[in-house]
Amino acid sequence: MSETALAPRPSPVAQRTPSPGGVRGWLRDPWRKPRVLEAITWGYLAWSIIPVVIAIVYSFNAGRSRSSWQGFSLRWWTIDEDSLWRDEALRQAMVQSIKLAGLTMLIAVPIGVAFAIGIDRWRGRIASTANFVMLFSFVVPEIIVGVALLLTFLFLLQNAVQLGTTAQLLGLVSRQISYAVIIVRARLLSIGKEYEEAGMDLGATPTDSVRRVLLPLLYPAIFASAAVVFADAIDDFIVVRYLSGPASSEPLAVKIYAAARSSPTPAVNAAATSMLVASLVAVVIGFVAYRHFAREQRREGMSELTQF
Amino acid sequence: MRSDTVVDEEHTPGDAVTIEEPRRPGPPPGHEHATGVWYPRWFWPSFTMPAIAWLFVLFVLPFYMILTVAFGYVDPIFQNPIPVYEPWWWSFDVFNETLSKIVGEDAIFTEAFVRTFAYVAASSALCLVIGYTVAYFVARYGGHRKGLFLVLLIAPFWINYLMRMYAWASLLEGDGYVNDILGFLPFVEPRAWLTGEHITIVLGLAYGYIPYMILPLFGQLDRIDKDYLEAGRDLGASPAQTFLRVTLPLSKPAILAGLVIVALPMFGDYYTNDLLSNSPRTSMIGNLIDVSVYGQGRIPQAASLVLILTVILLVPMMYYLRSTKRATEAA
Repeated sequence: MSETALAPRPSPVAQRTPSPGGVRGWLRDPWRKPRVLEAITWGYLAWSIIPVVIAIVYSFNAGRSRSSWQGFSLRWWTIDEDSLWRDEALRQAMVQSIKLAGLTMLIAVPIGVAFAIGIDRWRGRIASTANFVMLFSFVVPEIIVGVALLLTFLFLLQNAVQLGTTAQLLGLVSRQISYAVIIVRARLLSIGKEYEEAGMDLGATPTDSVRRVLLPLLYPAIFASAAVVFADAIDDFIVVRYLSGPASSEPLAVKIYAAARSSPTPAVNAAATSMLVASLVAVVIGFVAYRHFAREQRREGMSELTQF
Repeated sequence: MRSDTVVDEEHTPGDAVTIEEPRRPGPPPGHEHATGVWYPRWFWPSFTMPAIAWLFVLFVLPFYMILTVAFGYVDPIFQNPIPVYEPWWWSFDVFNETLSKIVGEDAIFTEAFVRTFAYVAASSALCLVIGYTVAYFVARYGGHRKGLFLVLLIAPFWINYLMRMYAWASLLEGDGYVNDILGFLPFVEPRAWLTGEHITIVLGLAYGYIPYMILPLFGQLDRIDKDYLEAGRDLGASPAQTFLRVTLPLSKPAILAGLVIVALPMFGDYYTNDLLSNSPRTSMIGNLIDVSVYGQGRIPQAASLVLILTVILLVPMMYYLRSTKRATEAA
């Protein structure tokens, strides 16, 4: 040890008592409130939330502008010809969004859960390769996946799958499987193998122990991942846009993207708000189910929902 | 003797174990030395088969399709691409042409590539500074409001990225609220934000991706044992020294992971740019790809660009995958 390390230093308590005034004293005071950090935090939160709140409010704007308020009206929701509710294309897009997200959830979550359970216990080179590819599909930027899938459906599978709902669904699922896998595996790590082995000791067959011991323990993670997958699939527009066929197969997110680029009216705000509501409903249902099944394991809390 | 047999039939506890077949599925003959619960060899692999089949057809094969189109031909008459599936027939004409637009003589893509790197670097740095501050504050000083902060920090994940960007763009319009506020402040001028300004894109990318930075940072900072900090203080370090020599090194893995998490999607981003600028002065690699996909006969160029982007991103992606693997193994 060097001399300086051994040299006595004033303890924090000793510093506290004299408490020199002025800016330097404030800077030195180890017990000062972290005002600057707090201001930045609230500033960031305001920056991230307030624009969205304003956008929601402007869906009720009486004028065409998305930046100056001209009074309250429901015209962009229900009254105008090109309002969210009366525009045939927008309504169709809404249905398409919900259809795609729901089907994606129903296909991707079971496949992902099964993969997570299997890969958690299967060792070997094939298993680690499969796991690697799965994680790779999670991190690779979406535009790369989107173009790759577009090429596949255009050339390799051109006779099997037309661009449109089927292609969009296949593309969405192959992206979303990894979400379910990651959430469920996090849960599997915290569960451990004891319950299952106890089940087998009590006479359960391997299939029974998965179905009657492991799956119930995984319900919270399964519902959390279903909510995440639904909310993410309904928001997706990168993969879905490349795989869109006729205009009627474009979901709301793609329509919003197109409208936001050209001449946005508050109808875009209304459409975006309705998607926000749909995601929120999915999250609330997921969270309620999660709480219902995880009541005993409250300690893990929101860990699955905060995965990303 | 006789009474013993009767007892036997009534199953004394000791005998029951030896007489009855063990219920726990045992190892097959020849594997009796195996311990623990025994599963058939195919049992766990069979769970993964649907996902493996799915990913093979709809993830691995598509990656190969990028190669077949990038190294394929373009029909000289109809201008439609002809993929070449056999590697030994690959032609590198289209790919070399695309490459020469980036590094060769007719370097029309060079600017966009350089710009992408500059934007991503600036935005990631901004994400880190703001994200670290927020994560640090919530982890250290969140107190009983931690739950509220977490909900607010997670909220952007449930809001469509497009909607957030659209909402932000609405405020940046010429007569929007940002300019209204800037009009009141000294030293700053209202400006036309949405006409291809670099700062708009950098701010916009940061706006879009900060949430992805905060959560891993928060996760790590929240786990740091307060005892370490107190030990640092007890040994005479100032708050700044404690931060620099205890907190910062302990949060380094999360910093690197967070930087990769925000940088990867930024490299493939074209929509932020489309909503915030719509000017070729700010276009990025993602815009080049997106325009090529929809351009007549330019799909091979799109495939080549995607291939180049994938190669560029291979290192950060591998780094991220290795670090998460290490993290799960440590857990």
